[in-house]
Amino acid sequence: MKVALLALQGDFAEHEAVFRALGAETLQLRQKKDLEQHFDALILPGGESTVQGKLLRELEMFEPLKEMIEQGMPVLATCAGVILLARQLLDDPTVHLGTLNAVVRRNAYGRQLGSFFIRGSFAGVRDVPMSFIRAPQIEFCGSGCEVLAEHEGRITAVRQGNQLAMTFHPELCDDHRVAQYFLSEIVGMN
Amino acid sequence: MNNEQYELNCNLAQMLKGGVIMDVTTPEQAKIAEDAGACAVMALERIPADIRAAGGVSRMSDPGMIRGIQEAVTIPVMAKCRIGHIAEARILEAIEIDYIDESEVLSPADDIYHVNKRAFKVPFVCGARDLGEALRRISEGAAMIRTKGEPGTGDVVQAVRHMRKMNQEIRRVVNMAEDELYEAAKQLQVPFELLMYVHKNGKLPVVNFAAGGVATPADAALMMMLGAEGVFVGSGIFKSGDPAKRAAAIVKAVTNYQDYGMLADLSAGLGEAMVGINPSEIKIIMEERGI
Repeated sequence: MKVALLALQGDFAEHEAVFRALGAETLQLRQKKDLEQHFDALILPGGESTVQGKLLRELEMFEPLKEMIEQGMPVLATCAGVILLARQLLDDPTVHLGTLNAVVRRNAYGRQLGSFFIRGSFAGVRDVPMSFIRAPQIEFCGSGCEVLAEHEGRITAVRQGNQLAMTFHPELCDDHRVAQYFLSEIVGMN
Repeated sequence: MNNEQYELNCNLAQMLKGGVIMDVTTPEQAKIAEDAGACAVMALERIPADIRAAGGVSRMSDPGMIRGIQEAVTIPVMAKCRIGHIAEARILEAIEIDYIDESEVLSPADDIYHVNKRAFKVPFVCGARDLGEALRRISEGAAMIRTKGEPGTGDVVQAVRHMRKMNQEIRRVVNMAEDELYEAAKQLQVPFELLMYVHKNGKLPVVNFAAGGVATPADAALMMMLGAEGVFVGSGIFKSGDPAKRAAAIVKAVTNYQDYGMLADLSAGLGEAMVGINPSEIKIIMEERGI
């Protein structure tokens, strides 16, 4: 069982530590040739989506990754990762991978002073710690997209087949239940 | 600032990791930096090289100018206050800056005390030359650390020295017996609990970037090889011949610092680097401010 992390920029090391703690092997994807190795799941970490999106294209990783996701590669996306997956961004004409049938607003809660922490329910799992760091918001999700978490009427997590996307950061705490959910429900591991 | 806010502030620095934070003086430069792949920008009226050239007292930038930069980009915007200048820090907090750099690049406002950063909601990054300075700043509430280096010189030697020293000291603390940590905390003039964290985890409790003198993709890669979690580039970009190209090359060099073939390609045809001055040629040693 090998989990690959998009390691262009952001908090991929935090995700890596979580999946290692859960017994997975990990692999960092920093350039096109890293995509030739076999892996079973893909993590799109938090960070700056403008940086990650630009590097994805310039390092020629964009097309192969998009194709992998479209062909069913299990993906866990947090924060910036959700922006990479969204089919449309509000107030921004950019579309990155565009594989997730959702409309996303960047920096929806404002600047760093708007960042916050809550405990909430995620796909029936209760009391999950959720850090929102200059977080985006899922404004709308279309057909095939199931809402897994909400906060004050705003969508914070969705699943669309092989894609699991959330605007908060489960990787920043010691509670690994979201990653376990990903492994059991999306990747199909026990 | 409560613990929850402090955690969120440390978390933002975690999101910046593997990225390049660039000094910019205008909204146009900020846009160039963002387009080149900066993960954040530092808004300031004069880059360190020009602060050196101008001499005199250097202060917080005009909040109007900082606001212009905040409006121009979607990435986080940082700005500098003088060491110990509580009022400048409050002003920057009031304009909702994403990170305050309590910086030795500006003239210190207080020659003894740093800002009590725990009293603020907004996060702070501070410079450090060694483990003692880093842990003192963290105990005051810094949520991110960077090496001081020697800003505005285009000479990476001080940043290298500071990163090497910090990591040597961390390794030494990791190898200490627990009962030796009390004496080490006394010598380093740091809180015991923070030293205990370093002993157990082998790293600082917050993200640690390199800064001060980075001018080329190779400099940035060097700092990553030495253990930096990301890089600040100040004068190195907008004092060079082709800022957009150099900025983009430095961003890629940080992500792929272990691919030497790619570093060779990135280093080619960048035009003129900033001229640079040696520490022995300069009058103001900024790294000695606020220790």
